[in-house]
Amino acid sequence: MLQKYEVNSGFDEMLDPRTGVRGHYQKFHNLFRHVSPVEYDAKRQSVDTAFLRQGITFNVYGDAMGAEKIFPFDLIPRIIPSREWEHLERGLQQRIAALNLFLHDIYHEQRILKDGVIPEFYVLSARHFRREFVNFEVPRGIYIHICGTDLIRDKDGNYLVLEDNGRCPSGVSYVLENRRAMKRAFPGMFEAIGVRPVENYPQELLKTLRHIAPVGVADPTVVLLTPGVYNSAYFEHTYLARHMGIEIVEGRDLFVRDSRVYMRTTKGPQPVHVIYRRVDDDFIDPTVFRRDSLLGVPGLVHAYRAGNVSLANSIGTGIADDKVMYYFVPRMIKYYLDQEPIIPNVPTYLASEAADLKYSLEHLPELVVKAANESGGYGMLMGPKATREEIEIFREKIIADPRNYIAQPMIFLSQHPTYCDGTFEGRHVDLRPFILSGEHTTIIPGGLTRVALRKGSLVVNSSQGGGSKDTWVLYGDD
Amino acid sequence: MLSRVANSLYWMARYIERAENIARIVDVNLQLLLDIRHLDERRLIAYWLPIVQATGDEQEFFKLHPQATGHAVTEFLVFQMENPNSLVQSICQARENARMVRDQITLELWEELNRLYLFVRSPQARDSWRRSPSDFFHEIKASSLHIVGIINATLLHNQGWWFVQTGQFLERADKTTRILDVRYESLPDRGVPDRISSEDALEWSAVLRSCSAWDAYKSSHGADIHPRQVAEFLLLSDDFPRSVRFCVNELNRALRRISGVSEGHFTNTAEKLTGRFLAELQFSTIDEIFEQGLHRYLDEAQAKLNNIGNELFQAYISQPFEAATGEHMVQQEEQQQQ
Repeated sequence: MLQKYEVNSGFDEMLDPRTGVRGHYQKFHNLFRHVSPVEYDAKRQSVDTAFLRQGITFNVYGDAMGAEKIFPFDLIPRIIPSREWEHLERGLQQRIAALNLFLHDIYHEQRILKDGVIPEFYVLSARHFRREFVNFEVPRGIYIHICGTDLIRDKDGNYLVLEDNGRCPSGVSYVLENRRAMKRAFPGMFEAIGVRPVENYPQELLKTLRHIAPVGVADPTVVLLTPGVYNSAYFEHTYLARHMGIEIVEGRDLFVRDSRVYMRTTKGPQPVHVIYRRVDDDFIDPTVFRRDSLLGVPGLVHAYRAGNVSLANSIGTGIADDKVMYYFVPRMIKYYLDQEPIIPNVPTYLASEAADLKYSLEHLPELVVKAANESGGYGMLMGPKATREEIEIFREKIIADPRNYIAQPMIFLSQHPTYCDGTFEGRHVDLRPFILSGEHTTIIPGGLTRVALRKGSLVVNSSQGGGSKDTWVLYGDD
Repeated sequence: MLSRVANSLYWMARYIERAENIARIVDVNLQLLLDIRHLDERRLIAYWLPIVQATGDEQEFFKLHPQATGHAVTEFLVFQMENPNSLVQSICQARENARMVRDQITLELWEELNRLYLFVRSPQARDSWRRSPSDFFHEIKASSLHIVGIINATLLHNQGWWFVQTGQFLERADKTTRILDVRYESLPDRGVPDRISSEDALEWSAVLRSCSAWDAYKSSHGADIHPRQVAEFLLLSDDFPRSVRFCVNELNRALRRISGVSEGHFTNTAEKLTGRFLAELQFSTIDEIFEQGLHRYLDEAQAKLNNIGNELFQAYISQPFEAATGEHMVQQEEQQQQ
C-alpha cells in the first residue's frame, strides 16, 4: 500500500527523493507490503474501537458537554535509527542539565544575571518566576523532574528544539498505549525489526519520584495529584497512577496538619511524602497563590517549605519553559556547561529587543508569533496562513506587550506517510521525548510523535486536529 | 483507601444495581400488559402509576409529565436525562464514578462499563428499544450481570471490593422492597388476603419476575402464587440472593469485613443498625409483617436502609465528594496543557 506514496515537499521521514526508502524504514516497508488494504482497514478500526472502549480519550478544552474524543492514532510508525537517537539523547541530556542548573541559579545566586548573560529584566518580569522560592532548597536540587521537549526537523532533516515543557508535560500515556496497540496490530514486526521497548516508563517515573522523598523517609508514600476528571489529561493521570501502583488524589483528598500532608482515607489520615502534581503552580495552594483555587491544598506550600513533602515538578519551573527564556537556552548551555548546544534552537526573534521587534513587525506575514506563556497551540499566529485581520490583531498585541511575544521563521516540519482516506499521504510530524531527572537522567526511547492530520497543517496539538503515531527507536541503524 | 475512592466504588455499585432493577421492572411490566384484557386508558394509568410511586420519584415524574401513561412512565424510567434515577442516568453515574477511580478498578471492568455507557448513549440504544424493548432490556441486564461477574472475578477482594458489596446489597435490598410494594393497593391495610383473582396472581407473578425470582420461587413453592408467599420469599428467604434478608446479611458481612469487628459487636452506627435490622428479619414471621401491614413495613424498611446508608457515609466518607460543577469544573479544565 505504501508503494504509491510520494514525497510532495520538504523533508520526508521515510523517502529520500533520490534513493527511495531510507535504510531504517526498509524492513518495515518490506513487511508492510504483505498487509492488504482490507486487513489494514480492519486493524485500524479495531484499534480505534479499543481506544474508545478503554476510554483512552481526552476532553476537548472548553467543551461544556464534557465530550470525550479519542486521540486519532495512525498505524504507520515513525522510525528512528540508533545513531540518530543517540545524538538526540545526548542533546536532551545536555539541555535538561542546563535548565536545572539555570533554575537553581536564578532561585539562588543569580550568577547568570549578574554576569549579564541573560538580561535580568527577562527573568524578573516572567509570569512564572516565583519570587517566594528564592533561596529555597528543593529536594536533591532538582527542579524539573519530568520534561517534555518538542523536537522538529527542518527541510534538510536537522533536528531542532521547538520548545521545552517543564511544568506538567503530558502525552506519555499515549506513547505507552500506542505501543500496546501496535503490538496487537502488527505482532510479528517488533522482533523482526528490532524495536527498543518503552514499557518501563512508569517504573522509571516512580524511581524518579521516590528519589526526592524527604530526608529520613525510607518508604515514602507517593501520590499523583490530579485536577480531576474534567481535565483533558485525566486519562493519563489514572493511567500513570495505576501503572506505578500509587494513589491518584484530588486536592480535596489531602489536608495539611502541623506542616505535614495527609490524605483522607477510610481508616483516618495517612501521611503523604511525594506528590507528582499535575496541577499548575497558581492553583496548588489557595493560601499562597490563587485564593479562588478549588483544586489545591491549603497549607501545601508551607509543608513543602518545611521539607515534609516533595513536589514534582518543583514550584517555579515555568520560568524555564517561558518562550522568551527559550531564546536563551543555548547561552545557558554555554554558560553552565561550557558546551555548544547539540540540538540547536529554531532561530528566534524577541519582540522586546528593538531590532528584533522591528524585523518581526516588518515580516509578520512570514513569521510564526507565539505568546510567551501559552501552550497547546493557543495564542499563536501562523503568519503565512493568517488573514490580514489576524495579522493586524497580533501586531497590536505585540506592540502593547512585547515581553510576551517571540517570532520565529516558519519551519516546515518533516513529513511522514500517514493514512488519509484510503491512501497514504505526507503529513507533518514532531517528536516529544520525555526526560526524567532523578538519580540519573533517563529518556525512554523515542517519545510521542504527533502528526498534523489536516493536509498542509503544521499544528500537531490534539486540541487542533492532531493525531499521534508510535515511535520506534531501532537497536541498529537499519 | 481514600474516602473519595470508597465513596465512588460504593456509588458505582449502587448505580449499576439500580439500572438493572429498572430494566427488570419495566421489562416485566411491559410483558405483563400483553396478558391483561380490557385495557382502557384509566386502567393503564392505574397500572403504571404505582410503578412510578414505587421508585420514590413521583414528584419528579409529575414535574415532567401530566399523566402516568405507559409511554410517559417508560420514558421517565428508562431514557429521561432529567430523571436522576433513570436507567440511562444510572449508567452514566456508574460510569462517571468508575472514571473517578479508574486506577482502582480493572481494565475488564472499566471496558465493560464503558461499553454499556457508550451503548445507552448511542442512537442504537433508542433503535433497539423501538424495535424490541425486551431485546434492549436483555442487553442491559446481561451487561449488568457481566459487570457483577467481572467485579467478583477480577477485582482484588480488598476493602474497596467490600465497599462495592455494601453499595450493591444496600441498593438491591431497597429495590426489592420497592418492587414488592408496587401492588400494595390490592392488599388489605392489615392482615393477609384470603383469596386473590387470577389477574392479581398475574400481577404478583410480575413482582417475582421483576426480582428475577420466578424460577427460584417456583422451585420452593410450586406455581401457586399468593401474596403471602411472595412477600415471605422476597423479604425473609435466607438463600434467595435478592431477598431483603439475604441482602442485609451480605451488607452486615461487608461492613464487618471493612471494620474488622466480629459478630455481636459494633464500632459505628451503620454496623449497629444493620445488625439490628438483620436480627429483626431473622426473627420475624410473614404473618406478623402482614398483621402490621405490608406497606407500612416496607416503608419502614426503606427508611432503615436509608439510615444505614447515611451512617455508612458518616463513618467512612465524612465529607461529601460531589462531582465537580461550575467553577470547579472550569478550573479542572483550565490547567495549562503542555
